Amino acid sequence: MGNAVDIVAERETHMTVRVWRGQGDQGRYESFEVPERENQTVLDVVTWIQQNADPSLSYRYACRVGMCGSCAMTVNGKPRWTCRTHVQKVLDGGILEIAPLRNMPVIKDLAADMSGFFDKWVAAEGVFHPTATRTDEIPKIDPREERRVEIDNAIECINCGICYAACDVVAANPDYLGPAALNRAWTLVNDQKDGARDARLAAVSGGGGCHNCHSQQGCVQHCPNDLNPTASIAGLKRETAKSFFKWRR
Amino acid sequence: MSLARTHRSHPLWYAYALHRVSGLLLALFLPLHFWVLSFALTDPARLDGFLHWADLPAVKLAEFGLVFLLAVHMFGGLRLIALEFLPWSGRQKAYAAAAAALAFLVAGLFLLRAV
Amino acid sequence: MLDLRLYMLQRITAILMAPLVLTHIAVMVYAIQGGLSAAEILGRTQGSLGWAAFYGLFVAAVSVHAAIGLRAILHEMAGLRGTGLAIFTWAAGLGLFAMGARAVYAVTAA
Ligand code: SF4
Ligand code: SF4
Ligand code: FES
Repeated sequence: MGNAVDIVAERETHMTVRVWRGQGDQGRYESFEVPERENQTVLDVVTWIQQNADPSLSYRYACRVGMCGSCAMTVNGKPRWTCRTHVQKVLDGGILEIAPLRNMPVIKDLAADMSGFFDKWVAAEGVFHPTATRTDEIPKIDPREERRVEIDNAIECINCGICYAACDVVAANPDYLGPAALNRAWTLVNDQKDGARDARLAAVSGGGGCHNCHSQQGCVQHCPNDLNPTASIAGLKRETAKSFFKWRR
Repeated sequence: MSLARTHRSHPLWYAYALHRVSGLLLALFLPLHFWVLSFALTDPARLDGFLHWADLPAVKLAEFGLVFLLAVHMFGGLRLIALEFLPWSGRQKAYAAAAAALAFLVAGLFLLRAV
Repeated sequence: MLDLRLYMLQRITAILMAPLVLTHIAVMVYAIQGGLSAAEILGRTQGSLGWAAFYGLFVAAVSVHAAIGLRAILHEMAGLRGTGLAIFTWAAGLGLFAMGARAVYAVTAA
């Protein structure tokens, strides 16, 4: 088996990987030659660079299996989850360009600061407000029930920030809550066990609320879990529009 | 960015861009439109002057462009309102394409009648 | 920047204008043949309460709709916000309405 490895090593081809290096607003791309493998994710490439070329490279990941949402970066211009993006799928003319996620401040190199993203999650009332205590009976909710189905469609969010990076309104309007937070708010609007529906509808109706969304669906296009924040935001628009007429009365 | 592909490279982003650009151009055209029409009151000969100027082929072509902008902004806008207020449809790209095609048809009809 | 109130105004004026735009385009397609003249246009519109109401409504709706649309563009692409943005929105809306109302009066007054 030893010479099989040798043969692989002999035939080894390399790709050029341009990696963003820097802190805050300052930075530039640095090129690395990285050996190509048959099965290789973008995260593998970044890890290879850190372990074999430059140990000072900063980046973030945890689960490596598309669960934790911490590894998203801009790969050849598009936001992607790097642990589940195969290099072969995104390589462009033998070049891979990796940058931190857009629309977030850069901490260092490929690690973006996601705190604003999570703050907006809270600002959109993406937080459950219980209505019962542990002694109350648990309400029975039919899984086929319409509101429950709405929740199902939007619940599998891993907070990766990819939709947030793909949204031009986030880039243009610093107050905009963004697709993930609004998608989360929509699941809670449909949650019959939640007690803050009106407060939530008010929270998503301000200057940074759901009404700023232009429905161009960059979020839908890029969400790695195939969620549809645009549809969730449209749901919020409908519910707030209804409440608009109610509040007027 | 050395690579042409970005988060914007998808048809619905282009539809959004078209909606924004058409809306902006229409909003900029409106004052001119109103200003010329108000000559009916103050200076009818000047209004006629403008209308004859509009017979020039180049101006007719520009008018075709304006009709297209108006139609595409309306059809595209109806698509967005349907997206927001009707149950979700998975055929967003088809609808966006249909809005543009329909607008082109309407503007084409206008041009055919104009020449 | 676009709150619920502005959003509703934007959508209500949009829905209101859809049939108006269709009619406007139909009239244009109909009238353009053989070229336009002031006499032809005014012959149709002057003294007509119907056209005055039609275009009056159109002008009112488009002033609101365009002002809010321009507001979004100015905020997102030029970073204008706060009082400056509010002043711009009102100025654009009122300016368009004034010019539009004058035009409607000019072509429909008997
Ligand atoms: S559809 Fe809305 S939330 Fe999604 S990218 Fe576009 S503006 Fe952002
Ligand atoms: S909605 Fe999708 S893209 Fe956005 S944070 Fe959740 S999983 Fe990521
Ligand atoms: S490392 Fe957890 S999602 Fe990629």
